[in-house]
Amino acid sequence: MREAKAILQKQMIDTRKNRAVLIQFILFPLITIVMSNAVNIQDMPEHFYLKLFSVMYLAMAPISSMSAIISEEKEKGTLRALMMSNVSPVSYLLGVGIYDLAACMLGATLMSRICGMNGEEWRYYLALMAIGFLISIFLGAAIGVLAKNQMAATSLQVPAMCILSFLPMIGQFNDTVAKVAKYFYTEQFYQLLNNGIHGKMSTESMVILACNAIIVLGVFILAYKKRGLNRE
Amino acid sequence: MIEVTNLSKSFGTKKVLDGISMTVRDGEIFGLLGPSGAGKTTLIRVLTGQLKFESGEASVMGADVRKLSGEDKKQFGIMMDDLGLYERLTAYQNLKVFTDIYGVSVDAIGKVLAEVKLDQDAKKEVSKFSKGMKERLRLARALVTHPKVLFLDEPTSGLDPQTAKEIHEIIRNRKEAGCIIFLTTHNMTEAEKLCDHLVLLNEGKIVESGSPRELCLRYDHQKRIEITTTDGEKEQLPFAGGAVERIEQVLKEGRLLTIHSQEPNLETVFMELTGRKLEA
Ligand SMILES: Nc1ncnc2c1ncn2[C@@H]1O[C@H](COP(=O)(O)OP(=O)(O)OP(=O)(O)O)[C@@H](O)[C@H]1O
Ligand SMILES: [Mg+2]
Repeated sequence: MREAKAILQKQMIDTRKNRAVLIQFILFPLITIVMSNAVNIQDMPEHFYLKLFSVMYLAMAPISSMSAIISEEKEKGTLRALMMSNVSPVSYLLGVGIYDLAACMLGATLMSRICGMNGEEWRYYLALMAIGFLISIFLGAAIGVLAKNQMAATSLQVPAMCILSFLPMIGQFNDTVAKVAKYFYTEQFYQLLNNGIHGKMSTESMVILACNAIIVLGVFILAYKKRGLNRE
Repeated sequence: MIEVTNLSKSFGTKKVLDGISMTVRDGEIFGLLGPSGAGKTTLIRVLTGQLKFESGEASVMGADVRKLSGEDKKQFGIMMDDLGLYERLTAYQNLKVFTDIYGVSVDAIGKVLAEVKLDQDAKKEVSKFSKGMKERLRLARALVTHPKVLFLDEPTSGLDPQTAKEIHEIIRNRKEAGCIIFLTTHNMTEAEKLCDHLVLLNEGKIVESGSPRELCLRYDHQKRIEITTTDGEKEQLPFAGGAVERIEQVLKEGRLLTIHSQEPNLETVFMELTGRKLEA
């Protein structure tokens, strides 16, 4: 635990100066706040931009930041230094993961609050986002573990993020895409956000979400078994 | 104590360490001297549990290096090029990550930074450090957690003589404090001045070992007298047999320009043993 805490503190200092990662946490909250306040079309559903960009946020920020952090530490040899200091892979991933979740949640909290969400609806939104972030964090960690360096991480990260974030968007206008999109957790979160707290969750949705979570976890475990953190 | 018995390690079909046996005693500075590619870094990796090996035994302070526990590893301080620094963090913050992990008091950070003469730069971002400063920070990181065994892979390579001298002083102080020091180098002057015990490594095999003095004495037959004549000719004369007569002759002819005696040093010893030079 002491080790995870040390990693978390390191990450807090580091990200302040790491623009590439920092921008991932700030970009979507900022776009959401600007768009919600600037563009207001009549009859637009409530929190239209917030819901749309929240899904993109949870499909992008945790994946790119987690994989960027881990792959950079591999490339620069800092991860090796940690492993030689007897930091266990679990402590390391816990430290970085908790940090990442906290940063994303802070962004989600701010953007939803500023967009005027509150009460029960707000808590529901935050709970959904937390679960979505967690799935994405595991996916990002899997990519970071698999990739030998930052370049390799980017080439895995970008397609994953594009599929997860753009499918729900395109699915709104294209039925064929929508049929595929529904099998991805991001689309399911989009539906859940749109249906709101009083909407019913279908069994199909639940199964799809559970499958997504299990697959992502499986990919992470496979990646970890194959590469580990301290092997070349 | 570090004990290695008949250790071999290959990468693929290439044998990188071949039947290594040696003992490092407590409280000594042990030097592994060898040219590039000899297997020095590989041996440190093996001893610190970073690399598996095929055969033989190795233990550090009684612990088998194949099954080092977390507590064993926390006794080590390791300085190697591929253990990176956090470039966006300051020198102080870099060390703090490790004192936090080890549960060591932060007071140690200031002391160690002063020891490696980085106290003025404690709050500077590491990305703005020079090569020598980074090298000193790597050393500081190895020292800050109060290790009992220090593994230093070429601790002074590429540094100016003054900085190298300062690092030698720090290493000696740690020895006085009871630390075991295992270092590698391909600088024979460093090996000669700093180490209590030396092992000469070439292509994965130990070719000689002993204190620097012992080694030079053992190769006493390399003692020579070199004379230069007025026509610019150089002659190497062995100490035994014929040197006196030859010098007398040249002197009588009035052709003697210079006369020097040559003692064996680690470089010439290495040369005799392997037919190659230590430094390319
Ligand atoms: N991971 C690896 N995979 C394959 N071969 C390796 C690996 N690491 C080292 N070697 C080989 O093992 C040999 C010894 O390498 P090592 O790094 O131990 O040498 P060294 O004595 O430290 O040299 P230098 O003074 O240049 O640092 C070299 O021939 C090198 O190519
Ligand atoms: Mg080396």
